[in-house]
Amino acid sequence: MDAIGPRLMLLAPEILLFGAAVVAAVLGLSRRHSVRAFLPILTCLALIASLAVMPITWTETRAQEAQLVLPMFGAFIKPLLAAMGILLVLVSAGSVDRSFEAAVARGRTTFDPQRVVAGEFHAFVLFSLIGAMLLCSATDLIWIFLAVELVSLPTYVMVAVGGSSRRSGEAAIKYFFLGALSTAVFLYGFALIYGSTGSLELQGIRTALGAQAAGSGIDAMALAGLILAVLGFCFKITAVPMHFYAPDVYEGAPTHVTAFLAFVPKVAGFVVLIVLLACVGWTGHSLVDGDGVRVPYAGLPTPLTAVLWMVAVLTMTLGNVGALLQKSVKRMLAYSSVAHSGYLVIGLLSGGAAGIEAISFYLLAYGVMTTASFAAIAALERRGEEINEINDLAGLRQKQPAMAWMLAISGASLVGLPPFLGFFGKVYLFVAAFEADQFALVVIAVLNSAVSALYYLRLATVPLVAPPSARSEEVERVPSRWPWIAAVVCGIGTVILPGFLNVLVRSAEVTTAPSAAVTLGSPAADTASASLSSSASERP
Amino acid sequence: MSLIWTSILMPVIGAALVAVASVRLSKWISLLATLGSLAALTLFAFEFPAWNNGQYHPVEAGPAWLDAAGIRLSVGFDTVSLLLALLTAFLMPLCIIGSYTAVTERVKEYYGWFLLLGASIILAFAARDAILFYVGYEFTLVPMTILIAVYGGTERRVAAIKMFLYTFLGSMFMLAAIIYVAWEHRVSSGAWTFDIDALTATAVRLPASAQYWLFASLMIGFAVKVPLFPLHTWLPLAHDQAPTAGSVILASAMLKLGTYGNYRFALPMAPAGGAELMVVVAVLSIVAIIYASLICWVQTDAKKLIAYSSVAHLGLCMLGLFALNPVGAEGAVFYMVNHGLSTGALFLCIGMFYERYHTKDTDVLGGLAKKMPVWATFMVLFTLASIGLPGLNGFIGEFLCLGGTFIAEHDGQSGYPGVLGPRFAVIAGLGLILAAMYLLILLGKIVWGPLREPHHDAAHDHAAAQGTLPSDLSAREILVLTPLAVACIWLGVQPQPMLKAIEPCATRMLAKYPDEVRQLKEREAQMAADAADASNLAQLPQHGGVR
Repeated sequence: MDAIGPRLMLLAPEILLFGAAVVAAVLGLSRRHSVRAFLPILTCLALIASLAVMPITWTETRAQEAQLVLPMFGAFIKPLLAAMGILLVLVSAGSVDRSFEAAVARGRTTFDPQRVVAGEFHAFVLFSLIGAMLLCSATDLIWIFLAVELVSLPTYVMVAVGGSSRRSGEAAIKYFFLGALSTAVFLYGFALIYGSTGSLELQGIRTALGAQAAGSGIDAMALAGLILAVLGFCFKITAVPMHFYAPDVYEGAPTHVTAFLAFVPKVAGFVVLIVLLACVGWTGHSLVDGDGVRVPYAGLPTPLTAVLWMVAVLTMTLGNVGALLQKSVKRMLAYSSVAHSGYLVIGLLSGGAAGIEAISFYLLAYGVMTTASFAAIAALERRGEEINEINDLAGLRQKQPAMAWMLAISGASLVGLPPFLGFFGKVYLFVAAFEADQFALVVIAVLNSAVSALYYLRLATVPLVAPPSARSEEVERVPSRWPWIAAVVCGIGTVILPGFLNVLVRSAEVTTAPSAAVTLGSPAADTASASLSSSASERP
Repeated sequence: MSLIWTSILMPVIGAALVAVASVRLSKWISLLATLGSLAALTLFAFEFPAWNNGQYHPVEAGPAWLDAAGIRLSVGFDTVSLLLALLTAFLMPLCIIGSYTAVTERVKEYYGWFLLLGASIILAFAARDAILFYVGYEFTLVPMTILIAVYGGTERRVAAIKMFLYTFLGSMFMLAAIIYVAWEHRVSSGAWTFDIDALTATAVRLPASAQYWLFASLMIGFAVKVPLFPLHTWLPLAHDQAPTAGSVILASAMLKLGTYGNYRFALPMAPAGGAELMVVVAVLSIVAIIYASLICWVQTDAKKLIAYSSVAHLGLCMLGLFALNPVGAEGAVFYMVNHGLSTGALFLCIGMFYERYHTKDTDVLGGLAKKMPVWATFMVLFTLASIGLPGLNGFIGEFLCLGGTFIAEHDGQSGYPGVLGPRFAVIAGLGLILAAMYLLILLGKIVWGPLREPHHDAAHDHAAAQGTLPSDLSAREILVLTPLAVACIWLGVQPQPMLKAIEPCATRMLAKYPDEVRQLKEREAQMAADAADASNLAQLPQHGGVR
């Protein structure tokens, strides 16, 4: 394959991070405490370096030479992953291995390389991020499968070793087995897609599906495969029907790992779904042509649309209703993360450039505001244990004013109050949904937002205005100040970023015009398949 | 344009300064910030060229905020929004001065939130972009929720959460409706925009069925804020629990966002829907008037009484707006301003005796004229203004609202056919009689009669011992009430300039209505005729009434 050169350049950030991950895993075994304490800094530095490399290596021509389905998609998602990765590493800095390090420092136990986990934890963080980044440059199904596993496997370990809580073991087991189940489901789907199209390469699948669509329509085997793949990835994005693990795992995992779980696998899931659905093509997604004439919306094949529609509605509704009933903050935020996936699926259904950009932007908003709340909770502890009940946060303002404010800000943003970031994410998503004629979904999402106000309001007001209770009197800051800093950075981002909407949205643009391989934006199905066949003939 | 942004940003900057300043200094900073905001708006009003034509003044589009969705930072006033913004800016410093002794804990936060509240209300009035309006409209909830939940009475958290949820639910519908109109604009012109004028131009071309739903969704959002029966239940609780200054701004400025929303969005955007649903809204308004008045009659909590009277008064304001003729609309806008003045002043008065006696129960308190003659003078003046005594400001608005309703049915020379008529006006007029009754009963109980004072509690004794509050009003409190009293009398004696300025706006808002209502009447007549034909009646008695 002569495309190996540009591909290697595209993968430069991942290669860099991989090196850092190996170094981190080795340094974690060092006897000297200062070296082990250096690990989070090393991880952050590696991420910053990869962030610096990305704009140089990811150019549109290279991405097209590598025959990516969506050339410029990764140009936004990868920096987003790296930047949020830095914050997520900060959230976990000082939390991993805390009791062990403390025991060693007090001389209660001697250093034992078999017991220290900080090194592998940080290596796994990097591996998981590498997996998610690799997905942006995926060109075939095997690549997708391997990259998704690279995202998932480290997270299972992170849940287990990230903290000292006994429940994290249970959460890890649950997460692992259900994750394996979901892998089986989407792998089965991939097999069916391969069976129908005869290709593992995404461009080949796209060509084959385009030919099928132009002929007698996409055949049942390919459709079944796509639907199974979508349902399998619902696990990664915590969408119904694969959402049920989320509350247990999010609650059981240490909070800093929960913050990671709530963002990275979800981004990975949406990247895969977008890339897969782009192979089917939201043909005729642009409802209005230049002269303002409405063209009929072809969209995804009907069964796929129906499945996604149900996924979106059920995910939003179950997530929000589930969150209403929770007393545990982490469970509530878990359900809230389920609900936000439901909103994001609206973007998938809307499709086209507008839908993809809306998803990218919403992922950014979601990442910043959710991380703000998780980081704020990770920054606090009660009698050396994690915060769990919402009542533990009552009257937090008196002891930890900054964290109380960050929780309030993230609550206000998650519910979609202007002028915080979440509001604009929602508006942009609704705009995309209107572009695709999804009126009903917008109404359902609006009603859901109203329901969500009930519990987000609790998240915002309990720390700020409720009187302190006996339990909350004992809440203190964790020794490490990094989670606190991460929470403040995310909270400030939630407030400040709406000032730079134009810049953010523009950088999320997926350009569609110059690439012959990209059919998004073609006004009708027949021209789409025509351009598909032409792109096929141009391929080397 | 820069003056408008100055008036919005002054309080925001003030809030930022308050966050770092000392407690003592924060009071002065917030006063200065609100005065600066008022000064900027006043300067703008002096050079405002559009007093007579009902147009927006700065009409240029502002800088882009989110290009992809066409959201711009466009601000500009027409007469109505300028008046309401001036009202807000006028009340803000008075509220700040009025809070000097009332707030003793978490003082800096209080002023910070209060400044943000004022800024966001002014932003909502100034916005010419629907999303920008929504940002201001919705953000008011954050400071108001916190002001109630932290500084309110014993049930403050319930009150705050109830207010938030009601308003938030309503405004989500409104947001969806606005995006829907923007989408229709995108379909017809090919570009996204949220410019209110452009959206209005698009929306009026929509088919009647779409307008019907558009009007209904916008109306749900604004009806919660007005508040219209039966969505009003959050208001008395919120008022009862809010700190005095919070109540003042809530009643005087925030509720006006609801009626202003009707004036700016619901009515001009969906004339077909408005004509169709006019009677429903009118009936709900009348129910609000009568029902709230009856509650006031038996209410013993002075603050709740004023809160319910707000519901009744704004019902009348909505009735005037939905008379769909310039007389009613002018009256409604005029009434918005004057209700803000007199009700805000009444809340301040009640706050002042509450600070002294720590009760608002009219069964416990009484005859305060003997102890607080200056306060009693102000109280009587503002109550009379609220009742609608001729010569004071309330009268003009009420009279025009009722007058507009009364003449609505007949075309006359005005050229504005309506459906409401004397029947509606007479029932609503009953509300005025009730208003006179319950407000005079209130006066009779707490101002006149034998002096009844509750037993002094510790807090009061403490305050009295420190000499912070004299038994009658202090100079500071008189300073707060005097501008309001002057405004009430001045607008009562000289309403004409303001009415004249409002008139072109009212006509502009109602531009589409004569045709719509005429068509509606023809349709109804046609349906009646069909029904008559079906039952084999020979002649159509209604026929003469249709033109």
